[in-house]
Amino acid sequence: MTRPVLAFDNLTLGYDRHPVVHHLHGEIGQGTLLALIGPNGAGKSTLLKSIAGELPPIEGHILRRDPAPDGFAYLPQQAALDPAFPISVGDLVAMGLWRHLGLFGGLGRSGRRRLEQALAEVGLTGFERRPIGTLSGGQLQRARFARLLLQDAPLILLDEPYAAVDAQTVDDMAQLVRRWHQEGRTVIAVLHDLEHVRNHYPEALLLAREAIARGPVGDVLSPANLSRARRLAEAFDEHAPVCHRHAEAA
Amino acid sequence: MIESWLIDPFVEFAFMRRALAGSLALSLGAAPIGVFLMLRNMSLAGDAIAHAILPGAAIGYLLAGLSLPAMTGGGLVAGLAVALIAGGVARATQLREDASLSAVYLISLAVGVMIISMSGGSVDLMNVLFGNVLALDNATLLLLASISTLTLLSLALGYRPLVLECVDPAFLRSVSRASPLAHFGFLVLLVLNLVAGFHALGTLMAVGMMILPAGCARLWHQDLVPMLATAVATALLGTVSGLLLSFHAGLPSGPAIVLALGALYLLSLLASPVGGLARRLRPRWHYTS
Repeated sequence: MTRPVLAFDNLTLGYDRHPVVHHLHGEIGQGTLLALIGPNGAGKSTLLKSIAGELPPIEGHILRRDPAPDGFAYLPQQAALDPAFPISVGDLVAMGLWRHLGLFGGLGRSGRRRLEQALAEVGLTGFERRPIGTLSGGQLQRARFARLLLQDAPLILLDEPYAAVDAQTVDDMAQLVRRWHQEGRTVIAVLHDLEHVRNHYPEALLLAREAIARGPVGDVLSPANLSRARRLAEAFDEHAPVCHRHAEAA
Repeated sequence: MIESWLIDPFVEFAFMRRALAGSLALSLGAAPIGVFLMLRNMSLAGDAIAHAILPGAAIGYLLAGLSLPAMTGGGLVAGLAVALIAGGVARATQLREDASLSAVYLISLAVGVMIISMSGGSVDLMNVLFGNVLALDNATLLLLASISTLTLLSLALGYRPLVLECVDPAFLRSVSRASPLAHFGFLVLLVLNLVAGFHALGTLMAVGMMILPAGCARLWHQDLVPMLATAVATALLGTVSGLLLSFHAGLPSGPAIVLALGALYLLSLLASPVGGLARRLRPRWHYTS
């Protein structure tokens, strides 16, 4: 494996003492294009959230090689954005240049060119002045991808980027992801469409609270692995006994 | 004739000029805060925090009489405590901000009323409840001007984080550590402006200087910057109209100002082609794409 950009060390994440990701170990090398798959409730979004620094681990660590805040770009699920807010598509996308602009900096000529280029690459040329509330779900997702383009980060985290968008949008955005991969960036995407994963991703991590399988997509997506993942993810027990695995490890 | 109706009261009477200066300061600070308050779906939260100021100001009044520092300080402490505790509870527990705010402000209100009734005095709280924009002394004017200066400077400094905190907080958290600062900084500005407002309009109506102009501006604009400008202009127009109305018709000034703002709001509701009812009266043709 190439130099790891991310390492999980005995990582347990969860809510209210119930683990959602349980004792996860592993490394993710630079330039990896990884599909994070698993049933609903398997801990995929939770893992991404924690990599992005939004959720502290219950136990263990996440080690990011580049701990700087601009070392990663994170696309959370769409619900996080308020489409009723009076802001234009151009302003929303330009926030991707946050690191360069700071509190007062203007876009400048080069910033404006990068903004126009990013909008063009996601097919939103001419939308710059439109309020975000007038966009369709797919167009809004394109705008968020344009913002990711401007963030220009070496590690990109995508949480269900294609939920509720049409096939054309999925194709266009998948092309961007492929380009990021070719540029040597690390991309981790939470995905549900296994056919899409088979066609576009070389590597997958099948999660069902614990890592069920990791490796080439063809091997990970075996019927045996998938049915095991489904069984494990559904095994939530309100009265589960306390986990002592950390004591054994120590 | 109209000119003298509009201008003479301010030329002839110092207290009207002071009221005008106070209203100007209030409008500049409170109206932009109101726009963000509304866009964050916190209009009622602003109202609740305004009520939470009452016991603080009343305690200040009980301890030191009608003293500006005591009442301002009391109101500030009570309002900030309620806003910060409620915000902290919402971030640290399962309660949403509206539920935690209602709970904390009710407790604060009850404590205030309890203290006042236990002290046994028949405290004249009319000033705290309804304010008096016609009786602003130098110290109070200076306070209002300072608060509005601080507000405008802070909003200019924190404009980008604040906008992002409203529109896409998860993104802000992923690119910067400014999210809690934007959130709590905004609450501090909110309380400061409510305290400024209570000197002029009282705790019951202070939030009117925020929400009514913001509501008007939202009805007329789709973009944030013109919305902020319109909110300030509306607040100014409303307060000056209210002052004149109060002067010529002999009405209490606070309610006159809020009613004038209310009239502008009603007008916007009916007439705005962007967000008002007038939109529904447009001919029913549509574009081809």
